[in-house]
This record gives sequence, structure tokens and C-alpha cells, in this order.
Amino acid sequence: MTTTAKSAYWKGVRDAAPFFFIVSPFALLFGVVATEAGLNVFEALAFSVAVIAGAAQFTALQLLQDDAPAIIALVSALAVNLRMAMYSASLTPYLGAAPLWKRAFVAYFLVDQSYGLSIGTFERHRDWSMSQKLAYFFGVVSPVCPFWYVFTVVGALIGEAIPPSLGLDFALPITFIAMVAPMLRSLPHLAACFTAVSASLLLTWLPLNLGLLAAGLLGMIAGAAVELRTMRGHDVAQGEEAEA
Amino acid sequence: MTDRLELWLVIAGLAVGSFGLRFVFLGLVGNRPMPEWLLRHLRYTAVSILPALVAPLVLWPAATGGEPDPARLGATFAALGVGVATRNVFAGLFSGAITLFALMAWLG
Repeated sequence: MTTTAKSAYWKGVRDAAPFFFIVSPFALLFGVVATEAGLNVFEALAFSVAVIAGAAQFTALQLLQDDAPAIIALVSALAVNLRMAMYSASLTPYLGAAPLWKRAFVAYFLVDQSYGLSIGTFERHRDWSMSQKLAYFFGVVSPVCPFWYVFTVVGALIGEAIPPSLGLDFALPITFIAMVAPMLRSLPHLAACFTAVSASLLLTWLPLNLGLLAAGLLGMIAGAAVELRTMRGHDVAQGEEAEA
Repeated sequence: MTDRLELWLVIAGLAVGSFGLRFVFLGLVGNRPMPEWLLRHLRYTAVSILPALVAPLVLWPAATGGEPDPARLGATFAALGVGVATRNVFAGLFSGAITLFALMAWLG
């Protein structure tokens, strides 16, 4: 690694370090829940290594425990993970030029935390080279993903319920809020966020988590529309809006 | 849940499916230029999908049986407010966590 790439890597590690304290308890919780659902340690670990996505893992496990058909568990968990395709698309302008095998590794390690920190940082450091961007991404991954596996095993070995009074359920929401807050820096970003939140609350009745995806798309449309309006002036925006 | 085959089918299917979703654009589009209208929408992915994911969890947390909870609402406002003001992820995270624990302890 070059010096600049090395410093980008360590910046990633530093930026992501706090997430260790979020992701580890979450993985621990998954290990505990998996054991309670009847999985052995190896099965719980295989789940975490193969899927590496907390929300989808909890969804699949919950449905399997409720004796839902395997196909329903699979489709529901994948629907929860559909946002990963959006992350993938969103990172492509920044990392698309990397070699295919590196992109494959990026794809495997694409989780909420690695996406959220990387996209925010790439937007602020437009001058970064590809090796800096990749180094940063894997820097962010380092204190997060390996511990996802480790603490799944720890949780599966402990196998006891963690008291709900600890408020661990809220570790994930606080993480996402803290990641998004610094990105709310312009009117289009605020419009996207406000629209997505409103739509998400109104569309919770949709099956298979489709409300989340619809809300996400509506937020993106709102952000893009406001960007057109504020950047190019009123007249052009009106014309483009009619065409959209 | 005793059906091992079913469990492993779900794990394998999720592994392939999740990787596919993560790889679809990074891998297949790669360096080819994407149209401006698409890029313009993609810029707002993070600020749309993450808040949409969180909003129901904030208002109707499963841990309280779906009832709005002052501790979790307070933590949300703290994380959001400090995050916006300081532009620092960790400051927001820390404020949210402290507020959550403080309010949970205070409200019992």
C-alpha cells in the first residue's frame, strides 16, 4: 500500500471503530437468538459468514422459528436486503473502475456501516484515488465485519437471553441515525429524508418489506427533483419535472 | 425448527441472493458511465433508505410491544440533533446511546 492509501485505510478504521460497540452486541444477540431457535454454533456461524447482514438474518430466523415455509423465509430476508442493491448502485460511480475481484470483495463486505461511512467520505473527498477509496472501504470493514463472525459465535456459546431492559434493540436505529445526520447538509438531502420517513410510516402495511423499498425510492425521487429545482432554476426544473 | 435441510437451503439461498444483490451494480455496471438522471437519484440513496428503515423502529419499537417510548424517542432526537450540529457520526452515536440509557434509567 502507498502512504496515502495506508492513511486512508487507518482513517477508515478510526471512523468505523465506534461501530465495533454497536455491531458486536448485535452479533452476540444473533448468536443467542439462533441458539434459542435450535441452531448449533456451527450453523449460527455459517449463517453470519454466508449472509453478513443482521436485519436479514434476524428476519429469516424469526420466520423459520414460526415454521414458515423455507421459501417465504428466504424471500422475506432477501427483500430486507434489497437495499444492498441500492447501495451497490450508489457506490458504483466511485468504485466501478476497480478490478473485478476487488469489486467482488467490496460487494461481499457491503453492509449498512461500510456503505454509510464510505459514501459520506467519498462525497467529501472527490480527489481521492481508487486505491485510497478501496483502502478506506476495507479500513471501515476491519473493525466491523470480522467481529460480526466472532460475536455470533460468542452469543451462540453463551446461549442465554440478554435482558431486553438493556435497550440493545435500539443499537441499530441509533447507528443509522448517527450515520445519516451529517449527510443532511442540503435542501435536496432534507427533502429525500423527510419524504422517505413519511412514506415509510404510511406504507408499513405493505407485505414483504416492500414499504421500505417504496419509501426509499420515493425519497430518492424527491431528492433528485429538489436538486434539479435548486440547481438549475425554476423554469428548467418545471420542464424536467413534467417529463419525469 | 428441526428440519436441517430447510435451514441449510435458506442459508445457501440467502448467501447467493445477498451477494447477488450487493454485486449487481458494482460488478455488472462497473466502469460504464451511468446516465445523469440515475446518478442524480442515487445521490439520495443513503438519506432515503436508512431513515425509512429506522422510522418505524423509532415510533413503534418491538421491545415495547409497538408502543411509542420516550427513551427511544429522546435518543433519536439526541443522535439526530448532535449529528446534524457536529457533522460527526461518533458524536451523534454517543449522544444517542447516553440519552437512551439515561432516560431508561430515569423512567425505569
